[in-house]
Amino acid sequence: MAAVMSQVAPPPAASRLLLSGNEAVARAVWESGVRVAAAYPGTPATEIIESLARYPDLHAEWSVNEKVSMEVALGASMTGARAFCAMKHVGLNVASDCLMTMTITGAYGGLVIAVADDVGMSSSQNEQDSRFWGRFAHIPVLEPADSQEAYEMAKFAFGLSEQYETPVLLRLTTRICHVKGLVCVGEREAHEPAGFIKNPQRWVMVPAHAKVRIPGLFQRDETLRGVSESSPLNILEAGSDRSVGFVTSGPAYMHVKEAFPNAPVLKLGLSYPWPPEKVRALAAMCDKLLVVEETEKILETEIKAAGISCHGKDVLPSMGELSPQVLSPAVDRLLGKPVPPPTPAAAPPKVFPRPPTLCASCPHMGMYYTLSQIKNIIVTGDIGCYTLGAGHPWNALDTTICMGATMGVALGMDKGRGAVDKNKRILAVIGDSTFMHMGMQGLLDITYNHGNVTVLLLDNNTTGMTGGQATPASGKDIHGKEAPKVDLFKIVEALGVPNERIKVVDPYELPVLFKTVRDEIKIEGPSVIIARRPCVLIEDFKPFRPYLVEEDKCTGCGNCIEVGCPAIHVTRREKVIKPSGREVELAFVNIDNQACTGCGLCVQPCAPDAIQHVPRRDIPIHIVKTSSTS
Amino acid sequence: MSANDITNILVCGIGGQGVMTATEILAEAAIAEGHDVKKTEVAGMAQRGGVVTSHLRFGRKVLSPQIEPGTVQVLLGFEGAEALRWSHYLKPDGLALVNNAKLVPPVVELGLFDYPEDPTGQMRAAGHRVVSFDAMSIARDLGEVRLGNTVMLGAIADYLPFAPDVLLACIVKRFARKGEQVVDANRRAFAAGREAVARQLATPPA
Repeated sequence: MAAVMSQVAPPPAASRLLLSGNEAVARAVWESGVRVAAAYPGTPATEIIESLARYPDLHAEWSVNEKVSMEVALGASMTGARAFCAMKHVGLNVASDCLMTMTITGAYGGLVIAVADDVGMSSSQNEQDSRFWGRFAHIPVLEPADSQEAYEMAKFAFGLSEQYETPVLLRLTTRICHVKGLVCVGEREAHEPAGFIKNPQRWVMVPAHAKVRIPGLFQRDETLRGVSESSPLNILEAGSDRSVGFVTSGPAYMHVKEAFPNAPVLKLGLSYPWPPEKVRALAAMCDKLLVVEETEKILETEIKAAGISCHGKDVLPSMGELSPQVLSPAVDRLLGKPVPPPTPAAAPPKVFPRPPTLCASCPHMGMYYTLSQIKNIIVTGDIGCYTLGAGHPWNALDTTICMGATMGVALGMDKGRGAVDKNKRILAVIGDSTFMHMGMQGLLDITYNHGNVTVLLLDNNTTGMTGGQATPASGKDIHGKEAPKVDLFKIVEALGVPNERIKVVDPYELPVLFKTVRDEIKIEGPSVIIARRPCVLIEDFKPFRPYLVEEDKCTGCGNCIEVGCPAIHVTRREKVIKPSGREVELAFVNIDNQACTGCGLCVQPCAPDAIQHVPRRDIPIHIVKTSSTS
Repeated sequence: MSANDITNILVCGIGGQGVMTATEILAEAAIAEGHDVKKTEVAGMAQRGGVVTSHLRFGRKVLSPQIEPGTVQVLLGFEGAEALRWSHYLKPDGLALVNNAKLVPPVVELGLFDYPEDPTGQMRAAGHRVVSFDAMSIARDLGEVRLGNTVMLGAIADYLPFAPDVLLACIVKRFARKGEQVVDANRRAFAAGREAVARQLATPPA
């Protein structure tokens, strides 16, 4: 379980360890003498801070959101301490307000931001290229190509940050974060903070002070361009086949080397500011220059703007991961060679999709089953496991945008709707962790602006989708130690929701839940229904006695299937003609009692009482899954 | 391509089955043999019962962590339909070792999609070498369903470019702190996995 990160003795220096990129960064951060490391969980970056929390001699924390994590890191840097924050790509959007001014104050103690782009969108609502932030904020960008490089570049980043007084962006992607490779690790070096030096011209960013410092950003860009020209992180490999030369960075480098082992390659480790002379040197030695970058056309555009002719997104895709399989035909096209058609053997067989789904006994199922039974509603959604409520069989969410958006979107719908939507009720779904991340402000906006929205606060006492991290409402810190437990009811009340309009319900109690939702949506004004049950993947969850289906009683009505539990399976289907003449398909079911944890959600819609507890003597030994991925 | 000296192993299944752990142990064995190793998976939301694939590449020097379709020497499938889903990753002479579990997702229960008829049969029809066995029954017969993953590792043990004992040693190391009884149970599960495949496969290991 990811929830508790107790500290253990780190493996000794000179060990060769099989580490993911995330674990490698964590090791490097610890070795660099960092005192403060902060993050909000987000795939694919979550494990960086999870790993760091196991190391001694530093403060690691789950911050309430990425902006706060960056501010915490900045504050530590101001005292001269080495500091670190990690986030996924969309987290940097949240933190960018801090970033765009902290680049002006600059770093004092080494300050490194790891940002993980979910290239290929394995677990994100969009795909973004965080290299843009380097340009926007005038800060250097480092791009490792595997775990060993992630480790080395993270260590290098702290020195670079201190030498040039700049925050440094360590750009990772899913294929760096979650790939394991061998890493040779070293010792921790202590870095005693030099101490905070009062200097309003530097730390108090008012117009008069910012005006003095901003020219320094442009100067820093130029200085770092010089560093980039001479940096061993930017290597020009001469190669022997000069038909195409490649400029590349990050994991794309490995694909280039795999597909074209003999080609000249300029590998950019310090990819912003990039070295124009090195690119010119490469261009001079090959017939064609191809920029291979995931995902956006950034280097290509800038290289062209520098007057160097090159190719890139004219033959390569602008979204998704690159691979040798993508590169080879692209280069064929570039060279005017015929592209061989894909062989039939390489075509993927047709198999049903297996989308992620809610776990057996997931408390969210109770809410989504309820919502699927109510007509004339619009339900705005948010980011978390509960986004899966948009899928089958519930189809119960109408929007998902970004962390906390459910509130503002619901209010906007309420205020913007015309006659056609007048009779619809608007509900906003949000999880407990997302609520504390960015949802509280939105709820305040609803109450302040007389919104007519019923908020469904799904409180499972954890950050579920990323593997069960603690939150301020779970009463535990990152190490599993006791922490002040904030009361969501009181927060909601303090944000302006009248006490009598805040209801706490058990999402396993379907009739009560259904009635509460029905009642609340009828009343004008804001209300909040807190549906409270622990996530089935955290320690707080205790399984109940599992259920089975008494075969002779099952009428095949299929009501239980609509609950959406993955432990319910159809054993046979049968078509029958109803007395009304209508043909219906019956689905007879059983319950996988190894997976069933006895929440009882399926029992409630079962008309013939066919779902009964497994007799005590037959109860299997339950293995509650503890594997976490993020 | 420099794939000649690289071994590509693809392990697939669904979230919660232990795919990633099994691949981790295979990676440890390859490291013990002195190989460079890369292991990657896409499993962002896998603990919600989604598809999990773990790519393991090892050899003198591994560059790209991703396996290309048509280049897998051994596919270790924890579930029938999942093995079929990724079978195009196999080399023409590649070998698929498939646990014949059938895990049916809600979208199939709802009648929106069909579960494929005889997934391993379809793979054979496509020309692949396939061995299927019931790892969970084998584990249950040994007295503990949790041994299923070790049965799976036993199944692949004779089709790796190093001795089965290297892999077994890594498994033993994992369970050492749980005591001699657990270690012995895993040894038996490993042996049972090896036997389940050897019994069906007349051709000697690659």
